[in-house]
Amino acid sequence: MESREKTNNNILEVKSLTRKFNGLTAVDGVSFNIREGEVFGFLGPNGAGKTTTINMICTLIKPTSGNAKLYGFDIVKERRRVRNCIGLVFQDPSLDDKLTAMENLYFHSRLYNVPRETINKRCGEVLKMVDLYDRRNDLVRNYSGGMKRRLEIARGLIHYPKLLFLDEPTIGLDPQTRNKIWDYIVQLKSKQKITIFLTTHYLEESEICDRIAIIDRGKIIALDTPSNLKKMAGSDSITVSSDNNRALIDFLKDNFNINIEYDEGNEIKFEVKDSSSFIPGFIKNCPVRILSISARHSTLNDVFLNLTGKDLRDSDASKRDRLRSGMRMRGRLRG
Amino acid sequence: MRELSGIYIIWLRDVKKFLRDRPRIIGSVAQPALFLFVLGTGLASSFQVFGSNGGKDFLYFMYPGIIAMTVLFTSFFSAMSIIWDREFGFLKEVLISPISRVSIVLGKNFGGSTIAIVQGSIILLFAPVLKVPITFLSVIKLLPVMFITAMAISSLGIALASRLKTMQGFQALTNFFLMPMFFLSGALFPLNNAPQWMIFMARINPLSFGVDAMRYVLTGDRTLQLFPFYVDIIVIVGIIIAMTLTGIFLFRKQE
Ligand SMILES: Nc1ncnc2c1ncn2[C@@H]1O[C@H](COP(=O)(O)OP(=O)(O)OP(=O)(O)O)[C@@H](O)[C@H]1O
Ligand SMILES: [Mg+2]
Repeated sequence: MESREKTNNNILEVKSLTRKFNGLTAVDGVSFNIREGEVFGFLGPNGAGKTTTINMICTLIKPTSGNAKLYGFDIVKERRRVRNCIGLVFQDPSLDDKLTAMENLYFHSRLYNVPRETINKRCGEVLKMVDLYDRRNDLVRNYSGGMKRRLEIARGLIHYPKLLFLDEPTIGLDPQTRNKIWDYIVQLKSKQKITIFLTTHYLEESEICDRIAIIDRGKIIALDTPSNLKKMAGSDSITVSSDNNRALIDFLKDNFNINIEYDEGNEIKFEVKDSSSFIPGFIKNCPVRILSISARHSTLNDVFLNLTGKDLRDSDASKRDRLRSGMRMRGRLRG
Repeated sequence: MRELSGIYIIWLRDVKKFLRDRPRIIGSVAQPALFLFVLGTGLASSFQVFGSNGGKDFLYFMYPGIIAMTVLFTSFFSAMSIIWDREFGFLKEVLISPISRVSIVLGKNFGGSTIAIVQGSIILLFAPVLKVPITFLSVIKLLPVMFITAMAISSLGIALASRLKTMQGFQALTNFFLMPMFFLSGALFPLNNAPQWMIFMARINPLSFGVDAMRYVLTGDRTLQLFPFYVDIIVIVGIIIAMTLTGIFLFRKQE
């Protein structure tokens, strides 16, 4: 495939991309770059603007302002060329369920002008990769939700896109299928050297990304590697209980300069920079008997909480998610 | 080459889905059969307005109208499958592909028109049963006329469907747009003795021209015509061009 300029290894450059829907600013001046070969993640709650951003980059909707260039191609002025380079797995279903899996893939191959003689081979390859080869001649309407999702991922790969967009690739799937799909994605990155842009609001999932942009209300509020982001959140939290908490508090104050108010509870909570290096020394020198100790590493949720004062996993969001996945199965939801 | 491949695959998908849809095929034969055998025969026996052997004349009049009806409805509804594709998300898959909007519109149009000719031709098989006199030559002439009529209605339907977001919109369109157009097209009853306003409506109705042209090639009877045959053909081709361009324009104009 063709590409224009390649001065650096950014394959996608997004500059203050903005999209308004009658007064509501869904995406608000977002800027970022994606480098060749990386897995880049968009992490954010429902309605943050993840899908809208993807839709703009993939030429499905026009930005209100701002711009983006994919391999140097303008997403507004050179839509055809942009479309040629990308694969997209939509958040909402997009298969024709009255066709078989193979027919869906064949349709896609012809739209992308995959050479006729290689279509069968490529369809076979991707179907095997997602373990659907044996079911290739079944109508898609007889597939389970997870199978449909896997087929969509397979379809996104047939034309060897340079950049693959995965919009919530595991939404509404059971943990087992989710893991499987993540395995495919990791494989894709290592074996096929495809650059991947994914969105998710599952925290665990975003950890496989090389870099993550945390997005909330249309704005990117942080962008870094997962481990750097977690360092931003600062500290790990430790919970200890002992047979003499008063003495323990004094010990912490004298040795580690950690100040804790004593209260009647039988657990003490405090924060340290790095729990794994702190705990061995702490236990070794501790003057009282420790009954229990646990440490919790900071997570991306803490980062989110720190930055926005909200919990990424608020119950409202997960309820909506469940509702949405139910609808997904019925295949009626529009994005 | 790429564009041809795209047009072909969009056409193939529609045709394949049609052939796979048994209820639709049966329905597409049953409905015109009902119109012809029940409505047509019933009306023919009570209509005595057509000269000496009025009964026979009426079926002779109505039969091409029913073929036209089949072509019109089939091509219109095929175009409306775009709304289903939008509703079920499949349209996005087509729209992000590098295929041009021209090819999408043409592929859809050819698909709907092909199905419409197949269905229209099935009705031809009723002719011997109904004792409607048609000749082999008139059938050969009918096929291209059916095809351009189907193209015209498809392109109209596609242009409309590109704007419609919901199935409700489609139902409203069917009830308030397609049905009146159909009734005023001269397919079911002759408009020669109709009130002036009705004739006027028929003359500006895009469906009339297809009905008119098909009736002419099947019967060869000038007295039943609203327009000269060449006018029909010019208008039909005009509609195809205008509506295809409109459809392409509307598809290009994204949100
Ligand atoms: N076509 C549209 N018309 C009006 N508003 C829209 C449209 N599409 C998106 N929005 C609004 O834009 C905001 C961002 O939506 P978007 O779908 O991008 O969120 P998201 O981050 O993908 O969320 P989710 O995790 O639920 O998929 C939401 O408030 C949504 O209601
Ligand atoms: Mg989304």
